[in-house]
Amino acid sequence: MQQKSASPVDNSTSTAPPKLILYSFWQSSCSWRVRFALNLKGLPYEYRAVNLSKGEQFSPEFEKINPLHYVPALADADLVVSDSLAILLYLEEKYPHKALMPLDPGLRALNLQAANIVSSSIQPLHMVSVLRNIEEKFGSEERSSWAQSKIETGFFALEKLLNSLAGKYATGDEIYLADVFLAPQIAVAIKRFNIDMSKFPTLSRIFNSYKALPEFLDSLPERQPDAVN
Amino acid sequence: MKLLQATGGHGAREEAEPKKLKLYSYWLSSCSCRVRIGLDLKGLEYEYVAVNFPEGEQQTPEFLKLNPMGYVPVLVDGDIVLADSIAILLYLDEKFPQHPLLPKDSVRRAINFQAANVISSSIQPRQLMLQHMREKLGPQEAIACAQDDIRTGFAALEKLLKDYAGRYATGNEVFLVDLFLAPQIHAAITRFKVEMDEFPLLSRLFEAYMELPAFQDNMPGKQPDTPAEHRV
Repeated sequence: MQQKSASPVDNSTSTAPPKLILYSFWQSSCSWRVRFALNLKGLPYEYRAVNLSKGEQFSPEFEKINPLHYVPALADADLVVSDSLAILLYLEEKYPHKALMPLDPGLRALNLQAANIVSSSIQPLHMVSVLRNIEEKFGSEERSSWAQSKIETGFFALEKLLNSLAGKYATGDEIYLADVFLAPQIAVAIKRFNIDMSKFPTLSRIFNSYKALPEFLDSLPERQPDAVN
Repeated sequence: MKLLQATGGHGAREEAEPKKLKLYSYWLSSCSCRVRIGLDLKGLEYEYVAVNFPEGEQQTPEFLKLNPMGYVPVLVDGDIVLADSIAILLYLDEKFPQHPLLPKDSVRRAINFQAANVISSSIQPRQLMLQHMREKLGPQEAIACAQDDIRTGFAALEKLLKDYAGRYATGNEVFLVDLFLAPQIHAAITRFKVEMDEFPLLSRLFEAYMELPAFQDNMPGKQPDTPAEHRV
């Protein structure tokens, strides 16, 4: 596993090593969510790369961190949390500064709903392993049309869910949990799956807001220590 | 939309006064089952509004206004309309703190979220592929694929929970993850014919769940919209 320190934009001047360790893979959109959130909350962390394309998630070292063999995983002193939603909710409780969940209960629930549309109804259906399976069974054309149709179904639903609420960001003018899930998902949709974003004006607009944030730019896959160009 | 309306929760009410909480649900939906159990554990009365999936009611403009993804469950609480079982359950847990759905310590809380997500992001969504598989490959191959996905997920859960389980998945009290496990195991056994011998922990947990009325009463076979041939 490759280890490097990565600091978010608003760097502390302390020389003490970061307490948080993030196990991540540059191309993993689930890891991306946590990188973005850590930057938004101003939490420094040590980046430990887990090379999924070389199967490092199955190494005995990583097995101790997450016996379920996936990234992201976050170590905070003795505690290790895996799964992006579990990590983000943990961070909200432990480090409430720069909250990523709004105070209003209805808005909190809406943020969870939007986040879960991404994490249950879109991303799992276009994971590399799933697409490989589809390609093996049905061919490569089916693979592309499957990915596209799942993403677009989810995006149409998100447009309807958010269009009356969205401001600068998904659920208003403050950045919250929904944005942390949406930003990587939209980026991947554009870059990997050539989704035509003109069909999704609200998502396009909020994506432009994300692109203006140094916290988002710093979390981009190509800026990670393990990125391969 | 023709909706079958029935009173859920404890005790029938004879007055016409509408209940504050409304749950749009489908008898067979494991996601709806999670929320039905949660409402029951918290002693919350609600109006059960059945959404008829075989007749495509989830795709009607009326229902899509409630949830643009076309899924159940949907919870209506006054002006608030919420979909997604985790969002609904965490909302209910904040508003109605009786029978809390999350443990106090951060490790077990995180395990609850992680395990719930193994089910709701890794196992259950693959079942959405089932229809597609059934059309292209035939019903037997489709079931075989679903079984594989479930087995992989269950093996992961056995590993994840083994250091935390007590009588229930993360200790001796029922928490969020138990609400996800029970319907998923039920579906695995009854719909997908998964052999549970490989999963001793999950088997034991399921037996414990089936001793609790809040779980038993909310399984698919006992819902207002359960078809006669499936009624338990």
